[in-house]
Amino acid sequence: MGQILQVVFDALSLGSLYALAALGIALIFGVMKLVNFAHGDVIAFSVFALLWPSVDAVAIIFAGNLPWFLLIPFVLAIGAGLSVLSEIVVFRRFRRANPATMMIASFALGFVIRYFLLMLFSSRPKSISLLPALSQPVEIFGARIPLLQLITILITMAVLIGLTAFLRRTRFGLEMRAAAENFTMARMLGVRANRVIMGAFALSGALAAAIALILGSQTGTANIMMGANVMLMAFIATVIGGMGSLAGAVLAGFLLGAIATVMQTILPPDARAFRDAFVYGAVILVLIFRPQGILSARGTKERV
Amino acid sequence: MSLLSLANVSVRYGRLTAVRKVSFAMKEGEILFITGPNGAGKSSLLRAIAGVTLPANGRIDFDGHDITGRAPEDIARLGISMVPEGRDVFGGLSIEENLMVGTGMHSHERGWRARAQNELAAVYATFPILKERRHSQAGLLSGGQQQMLVIGRALMTHPRLIAIDEPSLGLAPNITDQVYERLIALQKERKLTLLIVEQSSTRAMLVGGRMMLMRGGEILLDGDARALGQSEAMQAAYFGYGDH
Repeated sequence: MGQILQVVFDALSLGSLYALAALGIALIFGVMKLVNFAHGDVIAFSVFALLWPSVDAVAIIFAGNLPWFLLIPFVLAIGAGLSVLSEIVVFRRFRRANPATMMIASFALGFVIRYFLLMLFSSRPKSISLLPALSQPVEIFGARIPLLQLITILITMAVLIGLTAFLRRTRFGLEMRAAAENFTMARMLGVRANRVIMGAFALSGALAAAIALILGSQTGTANIMMGANVMLMAFIATVIGGMGSLAGAVLAGFLLGAIATVMQTILPPDARAFRDAFVYGAVILVLIFRPQGILSARGTKERV
Repeated sequence: MSLLSLANVSVRYGRLTAVRKVSFAMKEGEILFITGPNGAGKSSLLRAIAGVTLPANGRIDFDGHDITGRAPEDIARLGISMVPEGRDVFGGLSIEENLMVGTGMHSHERGWRARAQNELAAVYATFPILKERRHSQAGLLSGGQQQMLVIGRALMTHPRLIAIDEPSLGLAPNITDQVYERLIALQKERKLTLLIVEQSSTRAMLVGGRMMLMRGGEILLDGDARALGQSEAMQAAYFGYGDH
């Protein structure tokens, strides 16, 4: 019983990370058909924003020493700010370009952010202790769950509920949903394209920063490549979920987390090193049977 | 003074010219039908007015503003509401949400929420079926109901001019009658200016007003709908007799 519970919590917390990241990608894809591969680098940037530039192995904490009620808004603002800035400086110029061009631009932007971090911090991973109180375990029905895992899951649930409420109950949410279905039509009804797109980037960046906080606390290291793996899984989740479908992205994120965790448990020890190969195998199977994704999005109309 | 005026407007897609140096003007409260065969450039003309397609040259003025090449949202905010061909409802949104999308453009004004509610009540009074189904997904409506929804949605923005692309497309004749009946009633009630694109001239002759015939990207005829509809010039121009 305790062991099963342990697996469930592992799956939920890993799935939470993937779901949050997939949501960040799907939000932007929904309004401008851009697959933003710089998303992973926004995650890394948000962690490094807590440190002073240095090439030492031990990080010099800058904002990381703030109390949590200041630290969290600070990091979220950094992520949202960088994301909005990337829209204004880079993606706005590609609005009328085709999706492939925009995707390549996002790769380029990702490299710029990553090498900017490399220049300031070097590629050596740094040990940091973010919110150390969270690594203590708590006991639930005989399973010892790290407090952080529990908080990750709770935060993700809160974010999902909050975002749903935002999209369903606010004027801005209504405009975003309309724009995601048919951008041109929304504009012909007076919905401001720039505002909606910047809103999507801000939300997406804040989600990336939330992941940065969780990853940073979980691993205790800051690494310029730390967003890459999550980004890849999140991208796969948005594809499986049905490009642009927010619910699909979240669902597929949790599904991937569950598959990865279960594989880790049931695969024979010798095969565990190849866990990701099995996960990707499962992805291929899903796509063979549902090439349009689990929940395919409406509104495949072109944007202007 | 005219409400909408176009001067030498051309629309090109690559090497294809869809609209060729079109000029015309509309007075406030006027009903203008643009008819013509498939590929005449009618929809391209509407898209250029709405700001969705950038005109290659020429100038479009609305209510004293030069709107040539302005963003669709700016043009909508000046008072042109576009109902595109194929009834672009937001299928995943409820009917009421569809209607409310466009009201945000007035959110800087005082009391806009109350006005939006009044407007909503008025649209529901005109189209009772929409009220009945206001919480269901718009994608589940029939073609006729969707047409009513997009007209209602256009009205919600308080426009001075509504441009409608083929409102009868894919609708049964009696449903088309209903849609037009409400549309014309609304036009009279609110002194709306209507720019309607239809392939055939029958509807224009029934409703009356002004009619223009487009073919090959140009306006060939312009005049009273009923008089023009019965003329031989109309037949000749529509089918292009004697051209080749």
